Amino acid sequence: MNQIEKQILDLTERLRYIEDIFGNRENANVALLRSKLNDFKNNLANLGPDQLKRHLSSLNDLFHFLENKLEKELTPMDKVRIVRHPQRICLKDILENVYDNYTEIGGQNEYSIDPSMIIARAYITRRVGKKIYKQPVMVIGQEKGHGQEFRNGGSVKPWGNAKAMEYMKVAEVENIPIHTYIFTPGAFPIEDYPGAAQQIAKNIYTMAGLSVPVVSVISEGGSGGAEAIGLADTRIMLSHGYYSVISPEGAAAIEGRLRDGARATPELVEQCARQLKITASDNLGMGYVDRVLEEPPLGARSEHFDFFKKLRQEVILATDEVVLSVRGIKLFRAIALRKLNNPNIYVRWSLSSKSRERLVWQRYQKFRSLSIQFLKDKAPAWQKTASIINQYGWSVYSFLRYEFLGRHQRKITHLAEDVQGEVQALFGRIMNKGSKIIRKLPGIKEEKEDTCRLTTLSTWESGMFWDEHCQYVSPQANKDRTLSCPNSSKFGCLDLWGPDLFSDFAGVCSHCGHHFPMEYEWYLFNVFDTRSIREFNSKIESSNILNFDGMDVKLDKAKKDTGHKSSCMTFEATIKGVRVVVAMLMARFRGGSVGVAEGEKFIRAAELAKRKHLPFVAYVHGTAGIRIQEGTNGVIQMPRCTLAVRRYLESGGLYLVLYDTNSYAGPVASFLGCSPYQFAVRSANIGFAGPGVIKETTGEDIQPDYHKAFMTLSRGHIQGIWDRREIRNNLHQALMTMGGEFLYYR
Amino acid sequence: MIDIISLLEEIKKAPYKEIEIVTPHSGKIEFVIQETGTKVTGVSGKWKEKPGTLLAYLTREGNKKPVYAPEKGEIVMFHDIKDHQFVQAGTPLLKIRHFLTKQEVIDIILKKALHLFTAPEKGKYYFVSAIDLKLKAKGLGQVNIKEGDEVLIISRMKRETVLAYEGPSGIIYTTYFDSSKSVEAGSPLLGICPKDQVENIKEVIARIQSSWEEM
Repeated sequence: MNQIEKQILDLTERLRYIEDIFGNRENANVALLRSKLNDFKNNLANLGPDQLKRHLSSLNDLFHFLENKLEKELTPMDKVRIVRHPQRICLKDILENVYDNYTEIGGQNEYSIDPSMIIARAYITRRVGKKIYKQPVMVIGQEKGHGQEFRNGGSVKPWGNAKAMEYMKVAEVENIPIHTYIFTPGAFPIEDYPGAAQQIAKNIYTMAGLSVPVVSVISEGGSGGAEAIGLADTRIMLSHGYYSVISPEGAAAIEGRLRDGARATPELVEQCARQLKITASDNLGMGYVDRVLEEPPLGARSEHFDFFKKLRQEVILATDEVVLSVRGIKLFRAIALRKLNNPNIYVRWSLSSKSRERLVWQRYQKFRSLSIQFLKDKAPAWQKTASIINQYGWSVYSFLRYEFLGRHQRKITHLAEDVQGEVQALFGRIMNKGSKIIRKLPGIKEEKEDTCRLTTLSTWESGMFWDEHCQYVSPQANKDRTLSCPNSSKFGCLDLWGPDLFSDFAGVCSHCGHHFPMEYEWYLFNVFDTRSIREFNSKIESSNILNFDGMDVKLDKAKKDTGHKSSCMTFEATIKGVRVVVAMLMARFRGGSVGVAEGEKFIRAAELAKRKHLPFVAYVHGTAGIRIQEGTNGVIQMPRCTLAVRRYLESGGLYLVLYDTNSYAGPVASFLGCSPYQFAVRSANIGFAGPGVIKETTGEDIQPDYHKAFMTLSRGHIQGIWDRREIRNNLHQALMTMGGEFLYYR
Repeated sequence: MIDIISLLEEIKKAPYKEIEIVTPHSGKIEFVIQETGTKVTGVSGKWKEKPGTLLAYLTREGNKKPVYAPEKGEIVMFHDIKDHQFVQAGTPLLKIRHFLTKQEVIDIILKKALHLFTAPEKGKYYFVSAIDLKLKAKGLGQVNIKEGDEVLIISRMKRETVLAYEGPSGIIYTTYFDSSKSVEAGSPLLGICPKDQVENIKEVIARIQSSWEEM
């Protein structure tokens, strides 16, 4: 192929790319390019060599000019098409062009546990003065492979995420930074062990405590799949990328209430893409990415070598900054880094143990402060001030009681136990003999246990009164009708009369034990001690942050219907006298979806539990996932809440999760799924994506009981299933056995 | 002894089975389908998760329950019950005529003609070497077995046990297992029939395969 033919082919490819990006939209500039190129191709035979060169050069200029012009017309949905295009840069390109050398770990093309996740040990060579430094990094990211089918479009299966987590831990042991590259439309929604949701939760939990610098680069950040490797100290977003809670098509399907794989109209998809605020500039504005890296017009492709150079500088700079921000001696280098874009200085990327601690704390603070500006807290100023004073009071008390006195008290107790043991070992036999002799003396009688039990009065269980329970009557019990158990054809269950079923039977089939859904109020009255519930942060309110069409009305309705301001209710209560902090997600408020308000309330509840040294229970009456209408503001609650939970657990807390009805998506894939103790009421369905989404994504039908609690238990995602009628007793027992004698302190 | 040929003729005279839909309990009936001749479908799906055609609703104490068609077919008659009428438990509502498929006819015939020897427990099954050699030399339909003969070996979790045949004497007409795959307990392993019936069965099945028309 001669040079001219090659150039024509290049221009044809460029035109095809532009046409792909602009989809079905008619654009005068694209039409002009098309006609000019066609004219040139038709006249090819009539042109001499010089004319050919001249024409080609002017065509090249025209392409360049119009590409720059078209760049300004890109809509959010065009950007979605850019990142999904097979010509888009992918991780393999980055490994080749950004790093000086690399070894892929755990896979070669399709021969990998999950070809959509690539792990590589790579190094970057830096010359400073006359010296050359090789700085190793762990590179982790999704690979779309320019449309290679076995890459699954960068949709990572649970075991792919597990592999990523394993090598994050390796990087931590080796004390080298991690660079993650996010190129995923979302995680592959299957529940096979380790489970999409549960594995993402484990990944986020692990990243929350990673003591090495993590820098992530976002090209296509699809919700949970992105978060699985996205919790980073610095997040760089490519200017043509998107970072979103859900694909625009998915959002359109929900907004348009489409079922059975029906397609949304392009206009609705476009509108959702715009409203979700998914672009790099939107996310930078909201603070969820730290900076945006400009790409060439119409997005970076494999041949844009200058872009890779810029990306290399950017990741080096970001890693340097993270390392210096926690390092002891840094003054001049930090200033140089800030002032000069690419200073010729050397920063060692391994960290000391003190710096590692600072890094984790810094990461926590960074995420803790995100999305706060969108929080709507209607509590009066005096109440907020009182709350802050109260918090400080508890912090001081907690320090004195558990840190200062507690530590010494423990030491004394341990010493006393040791001394007592020694004495027992030394004099035990002699004392036993002596006491036997004493018991044989006339006049000393031993009261038998039986006599004692028979002659004393029995008492109610402490803290319990006979009329304490069953004060709540479910509205379902007010209807004079019978209901059929869904298992009646299998087990021959008889019909149940509504008033019986929803009052005395607690919504449980008296024959087979099937659990009918019950309102969250039932649990408030029947699980916790009477009048022990004290709600806090009730004035924090869900709001329409992104001004999503129609969301204000929906939120107002939910607030009116439930009497709550958000889907999360946080309170302190007692169970058989044991004090706990509870965060409850209510299915009735917008499906129990989690947004900024809910996330903040959850975090504050975990912080309160930590401050007061109380067990923390997350009761999930139901959650449909992250509230899509809040876009990235919702997604960011996944790492935020998980960081709070990790901090609570690491300070010695006991975190229990109890699922009821339906719990899906983001919350399960983060702050709920990361708990070591997750239980479910028999009525629960737990998973990452609902049956419809799984069918849509994987193209396969799933069995009807796929998400049922027993299936979840058999996959090892939860630790037990409880009968609704036994929740109070089971929770109390769990608190006593898992929390131990002192309930909280390890 | 069963006369296979006449059995087939009998089935051919009425190549369908009629399913009477009766009310499972008392209640007010509300028909969704009201015309005879309506085609209905039965329960379907990989896990039988999709119910058949909705025929009627039965309401008792405010509990409206759907009544579905259990099998594919055609409604041939409605009993004399008015819409919204109160009915007792066990009242026949309508009749569905289900035309037998090739496989169903073969199953009926084989069920009557063959003695099925089932797997007593889950495991891999294969023939003892003597029977295996005979089968390889003569083929199916030629090897005789009688009660007490050691016929099969069960292999499970590195344990091998010889299994003796129980049932009437006859020849091994067919095998239902693959020695490389595990068989669930209760699944059929062998189909045994008296020697003089073999040819008849073969002929009848060939006739069904070639000439049975499915509706």
